[in-house]
Amino acid sequence: MTQAAILCRGLVKTYDEVTAVDGLDLEVRAGECFGLLGPNGAGKTTTVEILEGLNAPTAGQVEVLGMRWDRDEHALRQRIGVSLQETHLPDKLTVEEVALLFRSFFSRGRDVSEVLDMVGLREKKKSWVEKLSGGQKQRLAVGCALVSDPDLLFLDEPTTGLDPQSRRQLWDVVQGFKAQGRTVLLTTHYMDEAERLCDRVAVIDRGKVIALGTPAELVASIGGQQVIEVGFENGVALEDGELRNLPGVRRVSRAGGGVSLAVDRLHETLPALLGLAQERRAQLSRLATHHATLEDVFVTLTGRQLRE
Amino acid sequence: MTPNPLWELTLTRLRLFFREPSAVFWTFGFPLALSLALGIAFRNRPPEPVRIGVSGSGASDRLVRGLESADGLRVSHFRDEAEVRKALRTGGVDAAVLVRGAAEEPALPATGVGRRPEHPIEILHDPTRPESRVARALAADAIQRAAGRADAVAVAERTVTEPGSRYIDFLIPGLIGMNVMSSGMWGIGYVVVEMRTRKLLKRLVATPMSRAQFLWSFVLMRSAFLFIELPALLVFGWFAFKVGVAGSLALLVAVALLGALCFSGIGLLVASRAQNTQTVSGIINAVMLPMFIGSGVFFSTARFPDWLQKPLRLLPLTALNDSMRAVMIDGAGIAAVARPAALLAVLAAASFALALRIFRWR
Repeated sequence: MTQAAILCRGLVKTYDEVTAVDGLDLEVRAGECFGLLGPNGAGKTTTVEILEGLNAPTAGQVEVLGMRWDRDEHALRQRIGVSLQETHLPDKLTVEEVALLFRSFFSRGRDVSEVLDMVGLREKKKSWVEKLSGGQKQRLAVGCALVSDPDLLFLDEPTTGLDPQSRRQLWDVVQGFKAQGRTVLLTTHYMDEAERLCDRVAVIDRGKVIALGTPAELVASIGGQQVIEVGFENGVALEDGELRNLPGVRRVSRAGGGVSLAVDRLHETLPALLGLAQERRAQLSRLATHHATLEDVFVTLTGRQLRE
Repeated sequence: MTPNPLWELTLTRLRLFFREPSAVFWTFGFPLALSLALGIAFRNRPPEPVRIGVSGSGASDRLVRGLESADGLRVSHFRDEAEVRKALRTGGVDAAVLVRGAAEEPALPATGVGRRPEHPIEILHDPTRPESRVARALAADAIQRAAGRADAVAVAERTVTEPGSRYIDFLIPGLIGMNVMSSGMWGIGYVVVEMRTRKLLKRLVATPMSRAQFLWSFVLMRSAFLFIELPALLVFGWFAFKVGVAGSLALLVAVALLGALCFSGIGLLVASRAQNTQTVSGIINAVMLPMFIGSGVFFSTARFPDWLQKPLRLLPLTALNDSMRAVMIDGAGIAAVARPAALLAVLAAASFALALRIFRWR
């Protein structure tokens, strides 16, 4: 079995009255890309900042790369790379100057020009940070985390607010890093990002891990390969029980005023559903089907959408 | 090759400063503009002649010629008493001399003022205006001399207006001190808090960066700037107002450097906890205001009552201004500035150490 890059047990963090992290256990294996998936306010950032040694836990144990923050902080900082959810790098430094500044803090690492190649900013190395697009700034932030050639990379919502093309460019950077056998821990509330990048995902809600596995395992756990979403207009609602009795339905969950059905055999369930609606004179306001995703996993487990 | 972190941090500070044109102006341009404006407003003018208005003529005309030839008097003639009184009232002249001759007496216009017993010559002045009293004294003296009065005792006189005693000589060291203070406080305090609100501090402490080196980079930046600020104000003071340095230039630089270190430490201290730039702006103003007023920037600390003198001496800007003036004006040596310099050094070390201890990195 491979050694754990991150190990935490019974992690708790409370602020005054609020419990941000509520007894969280996590094990990230060396060489994998591990995702913390959850809605805003689920405790992802607090968890990551504790793992990064920027925040002290109220209770629980944390081990990163076999070391502990209270004993080995300096050695640990040399070996991890961090990109925070929100960092405004100085506007009036050039890309190259920013990278060189961060490089100077580490006793070993990569050449700045090599890192700028990795994050695709070679042509921009003489540009001021304020002239960069959102995606370029974010890649520079990740570049600053890569200058030390870290064993473990933390990325807190690396693509939030970016356009699709910028997101794909950033994914390429992360996959390139992972391809060298390094470990990544990232948080996201985008299910497609988690499915694309992560070997394993922990779904977090209200400071706890509520599901853990590979994206495929999690999707399979809701029981069906397909999802039917249906909404009713005229107040005539169909009971969960009768929906569950339709052929091929594995699970019924409600969120945002609609119903979603996880189903195995779409071609059997769909006609039966329409037949039932006609029989009850229920008018459909919405009907959609799609392949099951991590979003459906979250809806199934919590009854809420990831982004609300 | 690994770049040196302290060097890179300091270089970053310098780059960010010089790439912000407004910061450059407030640090270097503003104090120059201020000293130019104040220097012009308070410049020492050549002594202005006292203005005497004369009206009438008669037997005393030769006394009037005595007035005209006297040093420091400017005599102008008016048509009649009413005109010269008007000039006196509106400040056009400082004193009026009325000359009367027997032949002209009936021609004197009615002034509405009760006629007093006539003398051939009369001086009108306003004793509530200092320049009017001076004019009266000078006019009376010139008239008596013209009439033949001799000095009873010979008195030697010497004028003293040499550089060193002018207001601008007092002002330039004070402005240097004020500039060292305010650019230290704003240039460090404000910038640090901005880095905190932009989460840059948090990002930096996620690296193995030495926290002391981070704070040191600000101190080094301020020290480097001193070698631009100080020569700029000194050269300007010399060329614009002939303000020189009576004492050792090296000692002056050393004292100013201690001041820069001290205000760097205090700048870091005021920024050590503040969570936003409004808060730190308030703190900076609150810390600087007593020193603007009480540390002898624009006027001497001696104007405050005795019981305030001791506390005022403990303010770092008082220590800096006093030692700058001692070196620039009095040509004082090391012994004379040792006490205020020691105060600056102690405050610098204490504020830096405290700032490092209580600094909020998140």
